[in-house]
Amino acid sequence: MLAYLIRRLIAVVIMVLVVLLATFTVFYMLPKWAGQDIAVLFAGKATGAEQVEGIRTKLGLDDPLLVQFWEFVKGIPMGRDFANGSDVTHCPAPCFGYSFVTEEPVWNTLKDALPVTGALAAGACVLWLVGGVATGVVSALKRGTIWDRGAMIAALGGVSLPIFFTGMVAMGIFVHSLGWVKIEDNLSTDDSIGVWFETLLLPWIVLALLNAAMYARLTRATMLEVLGEDYIRTARAKGLGERVVITRHALRSAMTPILTVFGLDIGVLLGGAVLTESTFNLPGLGLAAVQAISSKDLPVILGVTLFAALAIAVANLVVDLLYAVIDPRVRLG
Amino acid sequence: MTDLNKTGAALGEPVSASPAPSAFLEVRDLKVHFPTDDGLVKSVDGLSFSLEKGKTLGIVGESGSGKSVTSLGIMGLHTAGQYGKRKARISGEIWLDGTELLSADPDHVRKLRGREMAMIFQDPLSALHPYYTIGQQIVEAYRIHHDVDKKTAKRRAVEMLDRVGIPQPDKRVNSYPHEFSGGMRQRAMIAMALVNNPELLIADEPTTALDVTVQAQILDLIRDLQKEFGSAVIIITHDLGVVAELSDDLLVMYGGRCVERGPAEKVFYEPRHPYTWGLLGSMPRLDRDQQDRLIPVKGSPPSLINIPSGCAFNPRCPYADLPKDNVTRTVRPDLTEVGSRHWAACHMTQEQRERIWTEEIAPKL
Repeated sequence: MLAYLIRRLIAVVIMVLVVLLATFTVFYMLPKWAGQDIAVLFAGKATGAEQVEGIRTKLGLDDPLLVQFWEFVKGIPMGRDFANGSDVTHCPAPCFGYSFVTEEPVWNTLKDALPVTGALAAGACVLWLVGGVATGVVSALKRGTIWDRGAMIAALGGVSLPIFFTGMVAMGIFVHSLGWVKIEDNLSTDDSIGVWFETLLLPWIVLALLNAAMYARLTRATMLEVLGEDYIRTARAKGLGERVVITRHALRSAMTPILTVFGLDIGVLLGGAVLTESTFNLPGLGLAAVQAISSKDLPVILGVTLFAALAIAVANLVVDLLYAVIDPRVRLG
Repeated sequence: MTDLNKTGAALGEPVSASPAPSAFLEVRDLKVHFPTDDGLVKSVDGLSFSLEKGKTLGIVGESGSGKSVTSLGIMGLHTAGQYGKRKARISGEIWLDGTELLSADPDHVRKLRGREMAMIFQDPLSALHPYYTIGQQIVEAYRIHHDVDKKTAKRRAVEMLDRVGIPQPDKRVNSYPHEFSGGMRQRAMIAMALVNNPELLIADEPTTALDVTVQAQILDLIRDLQKEFGSAVIIITHDLGVVAELSDDLLVMYGGRCVERGPAEKVFYEPRHPYTWGLLGSMPRLDRDQQDRLIPVKGSPPSLINIPSGCAFNPRCPYADLPKDNVTRTVRPDLTEVGSRHWAACHMTQEQRERIWTEEIAPKL
């Protein structure tokens, strides 16, 4: 078990490094191929040639790609000194470089954005998991009835409607028209829990609605399959009541595929809920990514990508470990 | 008609409804029909039999003859938790120890399940929950009917595993089904079924999914346990050889109905229905001349939606034309007595059947 865990962790590190190398290559070589100079991008347009050269030396942009990559990777755990002669800037660990736009360390951007994305993901996933699974179970047990049909049509609607639509509608009604909730524009860790809650309430619901719809359909299908299994009949033959049969026997088995999807969804979400964050103007990783892309802020894009890859890799690992907990037939090792 | 219930495992001729029969289990005119898009599937269509404690009834027939549907019907598993499916239509009477199950409160029947009547299923791997240990599953079966703590229940589970011949039961109680071999799993399944000392044990093809070498062990086990616990046992199988020596009585099903029933040795050695002959003829035997080939029953099982008119077996019966006036194709034969406590549903005359059996069938077997 421990050996398995260590092996998997090493695999995660390798995978993240590969993702990093790929994005690093694309992001740092692409401007060069496109005839653009990263030093100029960093310096801004109205800068003299001398300053551009200084930046080039300081960022090490003339070094071979692998050297630059190595310096970058080393900077994450060790911190990094950007030096041009006597002009030394120390970038403390974890160093992801400096934003071209704000000239702040990228880590600061990530650090501020993470709690927002994390809180968004955490609240939404609880809502959608509970809501989606409950709806799916009820639908399966009432198969063919008006409840089932209604829930599945609602779910289809939920899956089909994009966040920027439902989000806009929700904001229009509850924020601007009824004024029930207030959305704090620049959420930061200085704000109180109450402000966070109020600001995140609509995004949670809107994001959860989209996912709950999918989970309801998935749960319904899995439950129907599991309810036809022989061991469910055995459970009834023992004289167990229906509630125990459904929860302890059927739902337990149905959780496996749900968990798989859930792990991946959480991973993706932690990398930034781009649409939700953009719609509600939440300063999370997704919004940071969007802003970085539109301003060609390469170091920030790189930082967000790296984090997203890490989140998915870790979520996958956690799902695999949970499999072994849920299903004893899965042997780790 | 006869003094049915005086003998041990009487096979009750269908009699008009009278409450609380003396037999331990009595099934009267049981019908289980399933409405489907294609029509009404008459899986069981008027089945009657009775069974005493300590006796074994073998129900034999090919796939789709209604054997398993009958057993699930007795257990009340056609109606429990059939969500949103079109409900099975069940009629008739099932008397278990003085209680009529079909009209009883479903919750009362649920409490009888597992305690008064228990079931062993065909494929123990799929019938055991893959996520729980053998011990957990037996403990659950015990605790639902006994108000004891987990420790006591687990001791009981170990005891039962030991009783069904699982080595190191105190260790294996913590194993998962996938860690057991097929035979072990079926033993565990039997331990689970017997943990509450049920008075009626239904074994639905208990050896079909097992290795041939294990089959005999499992059958021996069921026989030993029956002697020990004194339960009534119904063994359902498509293999006459399996039940021949285990059962006191045999009931042969075809197309959802009983075509022949009687004491096992009678049905086995003096069968009086062409379908039973067919079953015997398609059974491999060591004492048979090696040159002879098996004689399969020609044709395929009848559609349970459009059961052939007259005798359901007539399209496959080589003797369908013997009775006069095409009666086999128009009139459904009732069970008639062909010997002591021995019934068959066939239009042929007693003389015809005896002649065909002794002259044509028996010599080839």
